[in-house]
Amino acid sequence: MIISQVIRNTLRSKYLAYTGLNSMKLSSVFIYNRNYTQGLSPSVINSLKVKNDLKEKRDNAFMGGGQKRIEQQHKKGKLTARERIKLLLDEQSFVEYDAFMEHRCTDFGMNKEKYLGDSVVTGRGLINGRTVFIFSQDFTVFGGSLSSVHAKKICKIMDQAMVVGAPVIGLNDSGGARIQEGVESLAGYADIFQRNVMASGVIPQISLIMGPCAGGAVYSPALTDFTFMVNDTSYLFITGPDVVKSVTGENVTQQELGGAKVHTQQSGVAHLAFENDIDALIRLRSFINFLPQSNRDEAPIRTSDDPADRIVLSLDQLVPLDNSAAYDMKEIILATVDERDFFEIMSDYAKNMIVGFARMNGRTVGIVANQPKVAAGCLDINSSVKGARFVRFCDAFNIPIITFVDVPGFLPGTAQEYHGIIRHGAKLLYAFAEATVPKITIITRKAYGGAYDVMSSKHLRGDCNYAWPTAEVAVMGAQGAVKIIFKGNKDINEKEAEYIEKFANPFPAASRGFVDDVIEPKMTRKIICQDLDLLSTKKLKNPKKKHDNMPL
Amino acid sequence: MQANIFRVLLNAKNSYLLGNLARYQSTVAGVPIDRSIYFLSKIDKDEPKFNKVLIANRGEIACRVIKSCKAMGIKSVAVHSDVDYNSLHVKMADEAICIGPAPSIKSYLNIDAIIEAIRQTKSEAVHPGYGFLSENMEFARRLAEMGVEFIGPSSKSIMAMGDKIMSKRIAKEAGVSIIPGFDGVITSEEHCLQIANQITYPVMIKASAGGGGKGMRIAWNDKEAIEGFRLSKSEAASSFGDDRMLVEKFIDNPRHIEIQILGDKHGNIVYLNERECSIQRRNQKVIEEAPSTFIDPETRRKMGEEAITLARAVGYSSAGTCEFLVDSQRKFYFLEMNTRLQVEHPISECITGVDIVQEMIRIAKGHKLKISQDDIKVNGWAIESRVYAEDPYKNFGLPSVGRLSSYKEPVRNIENVRCDSGIEEGSEISIYYDPMICKLVTYGPDRQSALDTMVQALDNYVIRGVTNNIALLRDIVTEENFVKGDITTKYLQKIYPDGFKGKSLTKEQTNNLLAIAAVVYSKEILRSRTIKNSQVKSNPNSTFSLYIFDHSQVAHRCQISKEGDKFVVTLDDVNSLTVSDSFSLFDEVINASLGDQNVTLQLISKEVNGDISLQYLGTKYKLRVMTENSYDLLKYMPKKKQVDLSSVIISPMPGIVKSVAVEVGQMINEGGEICTVEAMKMQNKLVAQRTGKVKKINTKIGDQVDEGKVLVELE
Repeated sequence: MIISQVIRNTLRSKYLAYTGLNSMKLSSVFIYNRNYTQGLSPSVINSLKVKNDLKEKRDNAFMGGGQKRIEQQHKKGKLTARERIKLLLDEQSFVEYDAFMEHRCTDFGMNKEKYLGDSVVTGRGLINGRTVFIFSQDFTVFGGSLSSVHAKKICKIMDQAMVVGAPVIGLNDSGGARIQEGVESLAGYADIFQRNVMASGVIPQISLIMGPCAGGAVYSPALTDFTFMVNDTSYLFITGPDVVKSVTGENVTQQELGGAKVHTQQSGVAHLAFENDIDALIRLRSFINFLPQSNRDEAPIRTSDDPADRIVLSLDQLVPLDNSAAYDMKEIILATVDERDFFEIMSDYAKNMIVGFARMNGRTVGIVANQPKVAAGCLDINSSVKGARFVRFCDAFNIPIITFVDVPGFLPGTAQEYHGIIRHGAKLLYAFAEATVPKITIITRKAYGGAYDVMSSKHLRGDCNYAWPTAEVAVMGAQGAVKIIFKGNKDINEKEAEYIEKFANPFPAASRGFVDDVIEPKMTRKIICQDLDLLSTKKLKNPKKKHDNMPL
Repeated sequence: MQANIFRVLLNAKNSYLLGNLARYQSTVAGVPIDRSIYFLSKIDKDEPKFNKVLIANRGEIACRVIKSCKAMGIKSVAVHSDVDYNSLHVKMADEAICIGPAPSIKSYLNIDAIIEAIRQTKSEAVHPGYGFLSENMEFARRLAEMGVEFIGPSSKSIMAMGDKIMSKRIAKEAGVSIIPGFDGVITSEEHCLQIANQITYPVMIKASAGGGGKGMRIAWNDKEAIEGFRLSKSEAASSFGDDRMLVEKFIDNPRHIEIQILGDKHGNIVYLNERECSIQRRNQKVIEEAPSTFIDPETRRKMGEEAITLARAVGYSSAGTCEFLVDSQRKFYFLEMNTRLQVEHPISECITGVDIVQEMIRIAKGHKLKISQDDIKVNGWAIESRVYAEDPYKNFGLPSVGRLSSYKEPVRNIENVRCDSGIEEGSEISIYYDPMICKLVTYGPDRQSALDTMVQALDNYVIRGVTNNIALLRDIVTEENFVKGDITTKYLQKIYPDGFKGKSLTKEQTNNLLAIAAVVYSKEILRSRTIKNSQVKSNPNSTFSLYIFDHSQVAHRCQISKEGDKFVVTLDDVNSLTVSDSFSLFDEVINASLGDQNVTLQLISKEVNGDISLQYLGTKYKLRVMTENSYDLLKYMPKKKQVDLSSVIISPMPGIVKSVAVEVGQMINEGGEICTVEAMKMQNKLVAQRTGKVKKINTKIGDQVDEGKVLVELE
């Protein structure tokens, strides 16, 4: 009877662990009655005691920093570390690691304040049936600050993720270093950074900033593949408003300094921002669905209901007759991909370039496209860097790249030159040139000058390059070209018409084999799907080297 | 712009466009157009005919005319503005010619350009369609000078009838009953007030050259009279280039019933029965039917004979329409005569078997009518729904624009449906032209069967990318009064006194909606786990505990599990429904069995966050599905701040800013005019929602603005 009671309680605590009902702490637990344990051997009693302790410890670990702090967290509009894990992972799939680890700091009375698991919850679980490793910083314990134990826990799951080949997702909500631990904490950060770098390009690493992330801590998200934020409740900065005020005299709020708006629109530090914790976690689930488990896997192929040979009539009318009229490249992307399902990355930053994930006949592809609606779709510093980083992610993880080109060239001007458009533009060129994944390119309209070369051209080992009938592959637009060729000529208009007739069409490029075919826009989807099938066995290797020397 | 078009015509990429064109023709011309409904208009191959007809119009009516031309073996020429280069009427025609830039005044109203096109293509006749130059005497006169046949009445008839002031005088002299009013031009606002008070309110102020509800206002008092006069006059000027106005008594609770006539150049005139066009908003027709439930054979005969009398009085030939107002006593008053093909002519064709366009072309060639009045019967019933790119929730329809990302007319799978449209998937509905998407006509042996088909057709009509009025149409054709035939021109105001709010669902219907949303959500979850080339752990349970927020933000608990080819859905722990797993997530139209009934819904959109938009019984409903876990934690999420909309003036539709009545710093009273936005030739006055000081003006006259653009901000 006693034993069955123990078992029942253990089961109960397990149930609690699974369901994550952290608010249901059992105040008193009846385990054994001394009157009836007289005849039991000490080892049996000890075993029962351990079981009891285990249960109690788990329950304690579950409560993080305690009910009061949990309520404070909720009041801020934030969920707790465990609630977040529960929403992100498939039901009952979370397996926790190191729930019993405690910090070992004794200074400043820290030995009196200990929390099981310390300020981070780590483990693994499933998202739509596929394994991910996860750490979720617990703001209710020492403000989520990073102790050496905290760092060790994170390192452990990262190491295992590397070994088995599965993504790591970090849910960041931390006040920064555990100051009481001093340099131990800094060492912890560096250990994580080192692992971030080693894992880069091996397993997808995703950071979701769900609270503060400041100081040295920001470099872990910065090293990962994607940094997402939550509107209003998260911020990222190197130094906070107080330090800024004392050093530069600037008065800024946390949100003005490093809120989601700043990083998704201005700095480009964060890739996307979500409405709130729930929205962020739900969207992260669907995002993970696009990614392979590691660089050892090919791009995922999901069941598709959208026919691969669908003729997309609307594409025939999207590009306006007037080559200076804008149109929305996103309409082309949405019409082409499976079920208009496009997960755009950095949608608020450098909008003259569109990047994101979609599926073609169920297979994940990376989409890179110029956006003629914004700054005529030109390449500038920000759009080049945005594109380059995305292309390199796709290449690292075997995701085919589909590029839609309508680019009038690089943006001229002192602002761009002074800030190094040459150096930054080279990044995009470099990224496309080194990529060995299947590369399919569609020139919808302009492909002028050096920008033509950069945008996944045939010359950069493009596998399948197509032009729509509206395409113009040329060194520059007619007006500019004529001014140079026929400098001082009076019949400039006539010459312009001649130039237009000669070059403002896809045929000069097609006749040289720089585009493989001039295709009807409505056939684009069907052709891409066929090519992807063909290219699924593509084998191409770059020369062996220690590593490349990309222009940074 | 012109240089660019030139470029397209010149360079070799055009061969692709031509290739495209050729293929298109093989599908339109290759598949014979179904002419079974035209049993009274058999085509006589031996009859002399025009060699080539130019259609001086665009959109559905141009396509409609081209179809009859093709059937008759006549070559067709389309004219088009630059933005219309790829439109359906251009693809369907044998030849196409660009006549100018997008604004109608520079293209479809550009007489010189069209005359030049006629010359270039050596067209022998011109069909003007409706609107644009269809009732333009100058155009008809210029054609006559060139010896090109105008497919329509003589310019003399157009002049007599097209001008509402003159037509009333003629009708009066011919003994046709007319509405009391002032048969002269109103010269000023004061004059308008004086006349209005003479005939007593309510009065109708309308453009002499008007039609289609444009340049038309009803006034119930002096203030509205002045305002109506001003707005209508400026609308008339921009729409018709003729701002002469007239005023007449406005008859309360009338029906709008019109008689279609057809006359040849030899004095033979027949009437093709009546069309009931009472369902209108802002004097623009929404749903028409033929015949009318209200008209008995005797009244029909009397109205038809009066129409013929009037037509004879002006020596009318070709197709024309006499509009009447009919009061509750079946007394009818002549309103005006439209000297052109009407938008709603297909319903008359459906019940008479006459191809009105073909007859117009024959008549223009000088042939005699082969049909006599005795041949013309009322065969069954036909109903036309005008599907517009409009938001029916705003004033029964404010124009909307966009590109049809998906477009499927319900003609393939449903019988007795006719779609007259000039657009296709990918077409853009622009601010330049009429926002009509399609005339959806259904017919049958009796009214109810035509109505049933209409409901089915509307449910299966796929339109994506452009806001449309299907919800309103679907609601009307199932509304009790309409179904009984109990309608007047006041119908919409009477049935929807607070404006159209969408279909209100019964509890059972709401459950159906929720069940389908749950199935869509579950299918998406299940599909997420089908990655073929990766290790996916199987799902420990296939039952999902969900919560669904319905369209009124009420949360419903929902348990759903997949059992074989069915989903079992339990809502609010009590209602259990079985839904067939009979559709894919790519399907736009969902046909599923739900319990013991079959339902048709449309999947409008589904987002990864669980937002699902479904169209059910015509109306779109936004639902949000979430897991029980998410729902439990929802209470902790920060509340979204509501934006105060009363301090901003937002453009309700895309259009062009015509006037700005305020300046920064100016005090404005609630209801005071802020600015006017013109879209599709309709001037929309935007007023202040509350009293306040103007803080910022973000627009200026001539700006092209999108829907939702903040034009003016108040402090």
